[in-house]
Amino acid sequence: MTTATLSRWDRFRDSFFWYSFKRDKVAIASFLVLMLMVFAAVFAPLLAPTDPYDLTQIDIMNSELPPVGLSGSDAAFPLGTDAQGRDLLSTILYGTRVSLMIGFGAVVLQAALGILFGLLAGYLGGRVDAILMRIADVQLSFSTLMVAIIVGAVVKATFGSLMFGEIAIYMLIFIIGVSEWPQIARTVRASVLAEKKKEYVDAAKVMGFGTPRIMFRHILPNTLSPIFVIATVQIANAIISEAALSFLGLGMPETQPSLGSLIKSGFDYIQSGSWWITLIPGLVLVVLVLVINLLGDWLRDVMNPRLYKG
Amino acid sequence: MTSQSSTLVNIQGLEKKFDLTGGLLEQITFKNGKFQRRQEAVHAINGVDLQVQKGEALCVVGESGCGKSTVARTVMGLLSPTAGEIHYDGQRIDNLSGDAVLPYRRKMQMIFQNPYASLNPRMTIQKTLEEPIRFHHPEWSELEVRDKVHEVMHSVGINPDWGARFGHEFSGGQRQRIAIARALAVDPEFIVADEPISALDVSIQAQVLNLLMDAQESRNLTYLFITHDLAVVEHFGTRVAVMYLGRVCELADTKTLFSTPRHPYTQALLSAIPKLEDDRPNHIRLQGEVPTPVNLPSGCVFHGRCPYANERCKQEIPQLIATDGGAQVACHAVEEGRL
Repeated sequence: MTTATLSRWDRFRDSFFWYSFKRDKVAIASFLVLMLMVFAAVFAPLLAPTDPYDLTQIDIMNSELPPVGLSGSDAAFPLGTDAQGRDLLSTILYGTRVSLMIGFGAVVLQAALGILFGLLAGYLGGRVDAILMRIADVQLSFSTLMVAIIVGAVVKATFGSLMFGEIAIYMLIFIIGVSEWPQIARTVRASVLAEKKKEYVDAAKVMGFGTPRIMFRHILPNTLSPIFVIATVQIANAIISEAALSFLGLGMPETQPSLGSLIKSGFDYIQSGSWWITLIPGLVLVVLVLVINLLGDWLRDVMNPRLYKG
Repeated sequence: MTSQSSTLVNIQGLEKKFDLTGGLLEQITFKNGKFQRRQEAVHAINGVDLQVQKGEALCVVGESGCGKSTVARTVMGLLSPTAGEIHYDGQRIDNLSGDAVLPYRRKMQMIFQNPYASLNPRMTIQKTLEEPIRFHHPEWSELEVRDKVHEVMHSVGINPDWGARFGHEFSGGQRQRIAIARALAVDPEFIVADEPISALDVSIQAQVLNLLMDAQESRNLTYLFITHDLAVVEHFGTRVAVMYLGRVCELADTKTLFSTPRHPYTQALLSAIPKLEDDRPNHIRLQGEVPTPVNLPSGCVFHGRCPYANERCKQEIPQLIATDGGAQVACHAVEEGRL
């Protein structure tokens, strides 16, 4: 209480958040690995030796080359090539990019819907609450995969495979985002119910502030911690959902492979000895989901108000 | 405080019920082979009439659950009354909606009980204080808003340089000062204070109370002050309304009430104030407990515990009637001269 003002950065460095991050080796390691993968994915066009989307750079004669260190490998393809002769390293970089894009995109959509409906249900209560939460229950009773399979099949049948390839990424973001919003909506609703009884909300009402202003400027910032935690876990879930769909052939097409479709494309050759096409993207997927989940666990511990109140 | 007596806030026949039973399906019960519809409600306020005069501090006292906070929240529009009307400066305000109520939001402000919950934990003090000013004066320049924030912070004894801090960095007393500053920021005429000092340390209570009194003097404020602390009432109030089970049982000038309490409940309440003399022969012990506000007693709500109650008290609800001492008392015994 001696210095009058602290900058935002000083505040952050003083916070319990930063303190517990510094002390948690798992969190630091997970964060570094995740940042590395995000960096590699974002800069994939610069980092990748070849462009897997560019057909002129692919030679079918290079197909099914093993990773460096095994007999018959080519130094130009450090992780080997897939059945079409694409460099596996480049394809994985691009695939991580697609997977992360779908993961983040789906969670942004989920969060937008979930926060809006959760705030409305929690703050307005009554009939709005009942209707929105019943819709959420109905939505949750369909499994994501089932909805995705039906929508995917319908879209594929209507637009044809070529068109489908172009809109597949948006369709996946949409399906995963829409089918998982109740998770976030319920979390938000629960915290809104607790927050709206506090006197600062009454104070805002007495000031004459409108309902949207109270909901978004006063209550929402106080419900962000649990949203943060659940959103982190949901990114991992969305990536897994996408991989599962792609593995079933309803996700990203072969021409723009995500990690899931890469695993699937290699699966056909696993019996013929080309294990690396499935295994390496599989490992990348596992590591990606694992670090996100570990970070989510750490976030949950830090933001649990029963362990720490601030 | 002032000799003029024009009514600023007029509360007429105010009633507030809180439903205990939920929707229609939950109200229907099956009993003795018949379906019955059963509705239960907590009768928090049952016909309260109060006039707050300009410039005064009207204190409302009563034990927990007597409906004093509900009166405060209903007057501020946080709750809508089940029946009755609230007038501000001659205008009915309890049925206004949306933009029509905005001018009154600026004129009427509220200070809350718990300073630990009444400041938004994610907002700096500066933001907390700026927001209402910007909201009600969108035409003000950045400089004017800052000046106003500076002025109110200064007037409540908070260093204006502390604006960048968050609520949790302050002590309870400081937070309550900030909450008062927020209420003063929009230049209100009327402030409802709902037990503003009961969550504070005793040493801080007096400071905050003096701050409220200073503000009243310098800004011509009118207070509706909710409290259960009789010592505070004696110090602060111009007039006192004593509430019991959702009804006003006595309304009088502070001096009159403390020197000659008329209503049996007021007498019991005042005799409960701890005094230095050890044996007080006139300490009144009430029998029984406060009845549940779900099933109100018939007649006078106090008759079950009143030593002077008779048949009439059990059947007829007493109204506030002016007595020769200047106090208004709702008691048949006082009216009939039995007491």
